[in-house]
Amino acid sequence: MPQEYRLILKHADQPGYTPDIECYLRHGGYAALRKALATAPRELPDGKKLGPQEVIRDEVLKSGLRGRGGAGFSAGLKWSFVDRRSGKPIYLICNADESEPGTFKDRQILHKDPHQLIEGMIISCWANDVRLAYIYIRGEMPQGARLLNQALREARAKGFLGKNILGTGIDIDIHVHRGAGAYICGEETGLIESLEGKRAYPRIKPPYFPAVLGLYMCPTIVNNVETLCHVKHIVELGGAEYAKLGTPNNTGTRIVSLSGDVKNPGYFEVEVGKVTLGEIIHHENFGGGLRPGRSLRAIIPGGSSSKVLKAGEKFKLRKKGADGQMTQVEADLLDLPYDFDSLQQAGTMSGSGAVIVMDDTRDVVDVLANVSEFYAHESCGQCTPCREGALWMSKALHRMTTGGGRAEDADYLLHIAQNIQGRTICAFGEAAAWPVLSFVKKFKDDFVTRGKADESARASGVVPTAHH
Amino acid sequence: MSFSVPQALENELDELASHYPQKRSASLMFLHALQEHFGHLSQEAVDWTAQKLGLQPINVYELVTFYPMFRQEPLGKTQIKVCRTLSCALAGSAELRAHLIGKLGLDSHRHGPQTTVDGQFTVEFVECLASCGTAPVVMVNEDLLEKCSVADCDRVLAKGRK
Repeated sequence: MPQEYRLILKHADQPGYTPDIECYLRHGGYAALRKALATAPRELPDGKKLGPQEVIRDEVLKSGLRGRGGAGFSAGLKWSFVDRRSGKPIYLICNADESEPGTFKDRQILHKDPHQLIEGMIISCWANDVRLAYIYIRGEMPQGARLLNQALREARAKGFLGKNILGTGIDIDIHVHRGAGAYICGEETGLIESLEGKRAYPRIKPPYFPAVLGLYMCPTIVNNVETLCHVKHIVELGGAEYAKLGTPNNTGTRIVSLSGDVKNPGYFEVEVGKVTLGEIIHHENFGGGLRPGRSLRAIIPGGSSSKVLKAGEKFKLRKKGADGQMTQVEADLLDLPYDFDSLQQAGTMSGSGAVIVMDDTRDVVDVLANVSEFYAHESCGQCTPCREGALWMSKALHRMTTGGGRAEDADYLLHIAQNIQGRTICAFGEAAAWPVLSFVKKFKDDFVTRGKADESARASGVVPTAHH
Repeated sequence: MSFSVPQALENELDELASHYPQKRSASLMFLHALQEHFGHLSQEAVDWTAQKLGLQPINVYELVTFYPMFRQEPLGKTQIKVCRTLSCALAGSAELRAHLIGKLGLDSHRHGPQTTVDGQFTVEFVECLASCGTAPVVMVNEDLLEKCSVADCDRVLAKGRK
């Protein structure tokens, strides 16, 4: 039976569990940090010697941990790119700017178990020779910022943080930095600009890869809240043991945020790939199905910038058989394992782990108009195709929802979206274009029908009105 | 009234600035603190921040105009942010906004924050507040109202009028 596997959220919702350090310590808190600091050097079979910090970095690499923020890139590899020879300080930034529509998992950690994040961060700092780290929390979480500041004070008072942590002679400090309502700050180079006190205009890569030229042009690691929490568990379990959770190349657990037209929206921590998209929506342990009498229309599987999936879609998935041979199997949308690779093979992504469900009462034109308005509002304005195109698409869709549709609007929208993707400094261009490309391509009839209906209404002299 | 930052707040800001190897980094935190204290960010607040951090006023002003949470005009005592984004929209957030706008006599066609003439309330449609599982959500000042209903909105208005 598909069920939750709570690693990160093990304690968060237990009755009586509070965000203070005493409670965290009673639940074994900061033991992983002590364990990490006591790591012994290791000699590899080839005679290469790893120092204690390299051992931790190696464990993270071995764990297979992939970033939980959206891109799903190997966390261990990301760490391995850090320029350790520049002589400049190395910075760590926790990306707590949770803003991808549909996502509300980091909120749970930040508000219910802030010390878990802090412990993960201290270990990550130590393993990467970081002395100064920041938590960039979104501006709309003022209580989260206060809780974190309180937790940081507690950690300093107990000697886990600050000068000479746990008598090691090493100083590590973490500060909270608040954003101010801009989605683009979740993009790591935009976040870095914002942390430098500027407008959050993403930087062009190359050359500004954070691992080399990040905060203050120094090597910088930017990791998501949930990713950093996993580091603590990798230290506790060991990388190889951690990698047994989940499925190959999709290891560990992740928190899925489920919202939209389901009976029980909420967050569910699952072993990656052990639960299907259909189970997340329909199983009683998760979403509990659609409302009575309704049928499925569409699923946004990984935050609003991921490409939409249409009910009834079938996909060809490559599967590794018991004999090691790759075979192709056909899978229904609802049978897709909820992991990084399967959704990628289905032409979309699991992104930030946010599933938004739409039933048959929803008009896809209205839904896309809503999504596009978000991207029009949040474009930072730096690149012309995105600044103009995102607004343009939003205006066309707004026109379509207020009686001004045309039959050719579907192709018109596709044309604009195709001229944004690949032509911008950061991935926001894709984030704005993908919903339009996927919705219009998969539901083209709906868009054309709506446009034609408006045209004939206008031709017969009917005053345009909003459809809903 | 001349612009003056109380000593306690200035001390707090100096402490914040010490968190960064480069003072300019503290500008967002300065603006948050000044907006919290004064209710909005005046030209004087921008100039004062610039001077404290060794910047040109434009370096600070361009932040005020870029980040949606920063305000150049005073807002109402009760600030109501209704989430507009998809999951909340599916759960009826447009109706919540329409209800609030109607009750307060504001203009439903206007974009951006709107404040009642008596300065009691500001209503605004905002983008995703990251609580989609409990949609629709509304932020009232610093508090998050989850699974917010029309009746909850009425309670917010009644409390704000007291």
